[in-house]
Amino acid sequence: MSDSLSATAVLDEAADGRQPSVNDLTIHVATVNGSGSQSSNNVLMRSIFQMGIPVSGKNMFPSNIAGLPTWFTIRANKDGWIARKKEVDLMVCMNAQTAREDVEALEPGALCIYDAPLNCKSIRNDLIFFEVPFAKLAGELTTDSRLRKLLTNMIYVGIIAEQIGIEREEIVNAITKQFKGKKKAIDPNVQAIDKGIEYAKANLPRQNRWRVERMNKTAGKIIIDGNAAAAIGAMFGGVTVVTWYPITPSSSLCESLIDYMKQHRIGPDGKATFAIVQAEDELAAVGMVLGAGWAGARSMTSTAGPGISLMSEFAGLGYFAEIPGVIWDIQRVGPSTGLPTRTAQGDVLQVWYLSHGDTQHITLFPSSVRECYDFGSEALDLAEMFQTPVFVLSDLDLGMNNWMSDPFPYPEKPIRRGKVLSKEQLDKLGGKWGRYDDVDGDGIPYRTLPGTDHAMASYFTRGSGHDAFARYSEKPEDYKATVDRLAKKIETARGVVPQPVIDRRAGARIGIIAYGTTDWPVEESRHQLRTESSVETSYLRLRALPMSEDVKRFVAGHERIYVVEQNRDGQMADLIRLEVANDQHKIRKVLHYTGLPCDARFITNAVLEMEASISAKEPLLLVRGGVQRKTTQAAPMRGPATREARGED
Amino acid sequence: MAESVLKTSNAEPPKENRVGLKAADYAGGKSTLCAGCGHDAISNQIIRAFYEMSVKPEKVVKFSGIGCSSKTPAYFLSRSHGFNSVHGRMPAVATGAMLANHNLIGIGVSGDGDTASIGLGQFMHMVRRNIPMVYIVENNGVYGLTKGQFSATADEGSKLKTGVLNDLPPMDLCALAVQLGCGFVARGFAGDPKQMVNILKAALAHDGLAVIDVISPCVTFNNHEGSTKGYQYSKEHDEILQQIGFVQSYEQIEVDYEPGEVREVTMHDGSRILLKKLEEDYDPSNAVQALERLYRAVDNGQMLTGMIYLRPEKKSFLSLLNMTDEPLATLPLEKTRPPKSALDQIMRELM
Ligand SMILES: Cc1ncc(C[n+]2csc(CCOP(=O)(O)OP(=O)(O)O)c2C)c(N)n1
Ligand code: SF4
Ligand SMILES: [Mg+2]
Repeated sequence: MSDSLSATAVLDEAADGRQPSVNDLTIHVATVNGSGSQSSNNVLMRSIFQMGIPVSGKNMFPSNIAGLPTWFTIRANKDGWIARKKEVDLMVCMNAQTAREDVEALEPGALCIYDAPLNCKSIRNDLIFFEVPFAKLAGELTTDSRLRKLLTNMIYVGIIAEQIGIEREEIVNAITKQFKGKKKAIDPNVQAIDKGIEYAKANLPRQNRWRVERMNKTAGKIIIDGNAAAAIGAMFGGVTVVTWYPITPSSSLCESLIDYMKQHRIGPDGKATFAIVQAEDELAAVGMVLGAGWAGARSMTSTAGPGISLMSEFAGLGYFAEIPGVIWDIQRVGPSTGLPTRTAQGDVLQVWYLSHGDTQHITLFPSSVRECYDFGSEALDLAEMFQTPVFVLSDLDLGMNNWMSDPFPYPEKPIRRGKVLSKEQLDKLGGKWGRYDDVDGDGIPYRTLPGTDHAMASYFTRGSGHDAFARYSEKPEDYKATVDRLAKKIETARGVVPQPVIDRRAGARIGIIAYGTTDWPVEESRHQLRTESSVETSYLRLRALPMSEDVKRFVAGHERIYVVEQNRDGQMADLIRLEVANDQHKIRKVLHYTGLPCDARFITNAVLEMEASISAKEPLLLVRGGVQRKTTQAAPMRGPATREARGED
Repeated sequence: MAESVLKTSNAEPPKENRVGLKAADYAGGKSTLCAGCGHDAISNQIIRAFYEMSVKPEKVVKFSGIGCSSKTPAYFLSRSHGFNSVHGRMPAVATGAMLANHNLIGIGVSGDGDTASIGLGQFMHMVRRNIPMVYIVENNGVYGLTKGQFSATADEGSKLKTGVLNDLPPMDLCALAVQLGCGFVARGFAGDPKQMVNILKAALAHDGLAVIDVISPCVTFNNHEGSTKGYQYSKEHDEILQQIGFVQSYEQIEVDYEPGEVREVTMHDGSRILLKKLEEDYDPSNAVQALERLYRAVDNGQMLTGMIYLRPEKKSFLSLLNMTDEPLATLPLEKTRPPKSALDQIMRELM
């Protein structure tokens, strides 16, 4: 066979001088949206996971139901580096629309398995090409055209398995799990796997560059996406009222929650301990959350950037009128006709200041599925403790992709419901209390719930036009007292919200600050900086706003601070600059905003580039990029407190 | 103007109601509205209705959007929690609160601007969901609080104080509510307190959303020559559909009437609404007839008041949700946190 001959030739050449790599590879699969590749990709990822190898899977999909290109990237790494990696080792080309681009983007020496009609081998000659007649193979399995399409995807799983050494038994296990034990679905899929294995054995040369071997790093772990994790957290956190309006990438949070709640929150009498409402829009969704929070429910909604924009007026009301409620924002690229199915961290400033007047909102930044779970209930606690809307900023990468994690622990602590006066307490107080009276000095007043059976329980809720006893007032001193106390409340929150995770390294002169999913490439980048360039870094992972005092100390303790985030302007870096006053000049921005998750190499290059410029007349203060692999683009940094960066790098 | 009320009792109202409270216990703060504003007249009837219905004020929640009308929940039932929310979005807030505690008795007050313009979407969805509460639109044809601009319920050809004529057709909130399947749709007039209080009592007895559109003159911006929602004009054009009587479930009252003369509708709580026919035989359970009559009223320049549409059997949203009897707001942790075995099971499935 001429195909395999030419492949062998390249293979020998490429093998020259290169170490075979074990349990360290990136697989990139290009398919057409709606072709059913999701289950084969999940099977592929899960079977590697079941072999004990740390793995991640990232789905890059279009805003479309069927027809447009979609990619799935699996990264297996024995050391647990599972952030996105741009360099692809093993490419599977199944999509004619993108085959040329996909092939051209590969590193020399990469392995490319492609569907025969795409004739990828004609595109370049420095790759290892394996041509597979998928249509013919699938045709041998079934005559049903729909099924043939689905099985085609399983065949490439079989081929990859044979090529890199995934155990057949684990694939069968993964298929059994994927199809929930349904024999009718399992059997044809296993046959497709075997078809792929057989074909590879008989027709393709065996390559040794990339191998997977069983190890023991995933035992007892789970695989879950962040949205489902958040849903589980909220359920065990005692959420009672949930409202939502569908929007990618947040819909699956409430959809998972509906499934879980139906299973676990309906009593033996068949009665629900919750209410979930699909609202008519996000305005209504957040309005219901606040109404429910006001009346004493633990309430939440989930949305993405466009929904957050609509919630703006209510967010202000919730802040001023002091009403609990939780809003999950699964961030994506904006606006609606932007890239709705791509990830970003672009809502930081919008959420922190959301609404009119002087507003600031407690905001949490989960970086892992475990933290989605934890914050699922923590956010509800904070909302009730501080009587204010609490936002949780996840993102598409975390929310919709599958991540490994240790199983979530059962919450041992009771939930915290904040300062609510009961009928008995009102009796003790002789009915004397003030809804907005800061009796504890922490900026957090007491409230009563509607329905409290006491003649003095009621109060009238309105924005900020009231005195400490909720009486109508437009007096300057009353208004000022109200907003000053609200500021104090946020001040109190600084030390109560999830505190940063700090890794201070002896001798580190530079520090990195990141939050959310950027944590994954940052940790890997620190490893690269340390092992490849002997640059030691400290790291502060921010988990919430208002910002902990730790941030100031961390910035003060280092010569330069690299704030890495996934937006164009360095939104969090700007907030940090506001906090650190005299240390503003230390802040550097590393910004990745392509719609795809940030990778470690980009950060490493950016940090090194900026470090190399420190003694220049105009040191580089900002690197924006993410598109080109090797070159990063510098753009001028705005703001009076900084010098402009060079433009040409 | 025909008599709008069917007398059901001769007895003097007692000085204390069945929960041992006096009318004064239902009072609110002092109104800051213009003297003579229709909205205040409505607040007075709300106070009376809750008192006479013996509703415990602690069980009541008051909601509103933004506007002069939306300020009024501060002027009745001080012993009830109240929430003056944001413009046009009261339905969402009220829905959330009712979900949190389905034992509450909800009353929402809105304006024609608040409901028919900025809040139209939420209003419609609240009707569609059938949230069990009373929803009053204090309809004056203008935005009172922003000083007299036309609202979407202003009649075609009506005139602002500045002389500006309205050349767009009015939105009929009652017709809209009927079309969306609301089980209780009525229209009242702030200048007819007796009809108003009976409508309000009937609304309180309804287990579902009760929409009451009340023509409520704005004496400052829409009560002049050429306005069609002022006192004088409204009195002259009030076309009363039927005489309305309300009989509480515990009242042993037999009303004398000729067969076929009075329709009697038994409400969820056992109380009865009596509707005595006037000129025409009007069937308030017939949506098509209701819409036909509303359109005819517009054609004839009539301000139709009374019980427009009544279908008390429609299931409310809260009953569809099948929630536990205890309010969600106060469920103990044992009920809202599933056991460890549940988490273990979920984790196993994910391994
Ligand atoms: C978002 C928003 N837009 C505009 C306003 C200004 N505004 C306050 S009240 C009002 C109109 C109220 O009219 P209506 O509901 O008819 O009440 P009325 O004063 O006539 O009783 C407007 C437009 C506001 N408060 N909020
Ligand atoms: S402006 Fe009109 S609606 Fe507002 S209080 Fe005065 S009379 Fe009433
Ligand atoms: Mg009005």
